[in-house]
Amino acid sequence: MICFNNVGLTYEDRNVLTEITCELNEPRVGIIGANGSGKSSLLRLINGLTTPTTGTVTVGGLDPTDHGRDVRSRVSFLFSNPDAQIVMPTVGEDIEFSLRRNKISALERHERISQALALVGLSDYQEHPAHLLSSGQKQLLAMAAIMVTEPDILLCDEPTTLLDRRNTRVLIDIIDALPQQIIMATHDLDLVSQWPRVLVMEHGEIIADSSGHEAVATYKATVDR
Amino acid sequence: MIGIYSPGHSILHRTPTGAKLLLLLTFTSALLIFRSITTMGIAAVVLLVAYVLARIPLRLAMTQLKPLRWILPILFAFQWWLLGIESATLITSTLLLAVAAAALITLTTPVSAMMATLERMMRPGQRWGLPAERIALVLALTIRVVPVIADIVNQVRDARRARGAERSMRALVTPVVIKTVGHAHELGDALIARGLDD
Ligand SMILES: Nc1ncnc2c1ncn2[C@@H]1O[C@H](COP(=O)(O)OP(=O)(O)OP(=O)(O)O)[C@@H](O)[C@H]1O
Ligand SMILES: [Mg+2]
Repeated sequence: MICFNNVGLTYEDRNVLTEITCELNEPRVGIIGANGSGKSSLLRLINGLTTPTTGTVTVGGLDPTDHGRDVRSRVSFLFSNPDAQIVMPTVGEDIEFSLRRNKISALERHERISQALALVGLSDYQEHPAHLLSSGQKQLLAMAAIMVTEPDILLCDEPTTLLDRRNTRVLIDIIDALPQQIIMATHDLDLVSQWPRVLVMEHGEIIADSSGHEAVATYKATVDR
Repeated sequence: MIGIYSPGHSILHRTPTGAKLLLLLTFTSALLIFRSITTMGIAAVVLLVAYVLARIPLRLAMTQLKPLRWILPILFAFQWWLLGIESATLITSTLLLAVAAAALITLTTPVSAMMATLERMMRPGQRWGLPAERIALVLALTIRVVPVIADIVNQVRDARRARGAERSMRALVTPVVIKTVGHAHELGDALIARGLDD
């Protein structure tokens, strides 16, 4: 369970987030809003990449700033740019990197790497150099490298922005089928319009918090007015 | 590109990583200690045989040496001018052979195996605060970042051409630096998110 309690975030003198109070319990929560409205900042607070200036954030009762390790072992983050998320030279090694702290047998390690690759359809690419994958395949690899750790919560920051239609579909289908709680910031309004809960951000505030359908309408209205 | 593993089952692929690193060290030391044209000849033959044994295609082997294509002639010319043709030949061939040998090791050893071995070798130093795991990781990251930076440079070069500023050095360096720093930030975030900090 993710709780924001009167959270504010300031860079120098600029208010990036103001008075954010909410609880996110639904299995799917979307975040939409204009560029610079604070979507990424909100997500980054949840796994402790950013520390709030005022107020508190808790995840399962833990403060991500003080318990970064525990929170991040349960909360994963999928960014937009796959190139920045892949840290090892080959596909298999990058997934293995996620498991480096798990004390498991070589056999189980191998097993879990295979499963993760199968989940995203990259089974034939285990020995493949990561830099030779297409952008879409790289993002799928980033996804596999995250899912192999079996997190409880997945934060996604515009995960399909750099993908073509087909790869967007593939990634979204995978995400849809996941049992994890997913919090996703996106500009893809069609995608979240069916979701049970979507937040609309504007100038660092949540201006609407409703069903996807209503939230999308609210957001469109702010653009047109 | 240096550091790309070429999967296979040759004798070199099956040799333990530690042994390969030791061989590399011996090979390079021998080049430096027995500095003579004969040594270079012998070393070249040994290395060629090793490439054949590892079943590395000639083209892949050549691409390993591509980064040297500018520096070697310049080095050679310089040494020739300063020390004469014999020294120049020795120095450039030492460099060429050492790089080719190192490339052969990376071609036949997965980075993860290299990291594990380096970590093990550095472990005795951990008592005195040597961060073995970090060093191994930095190595792997460096290898991973090479193609990303190459990509950035290519993009910027295209953008520069599109705007008709082919010759402007500033139009190349400034955006490359900015993009590289941006990439470093994103990479840092991703590493933290993947639990590196913990
Ligand atoms: N590290 C930082 N230092 C200073 N300002 C920052 C920093 N990170 C974000 N900001 C500012 O905070 C504001 C909100 O940024 P954020 O990235 O959260 O927006 P966003 O809704 O994700 O936008 P986009 O749709 O473009 O991704 C922006 O004005 C941005 O310039
Ligand atoms: Mg953003």
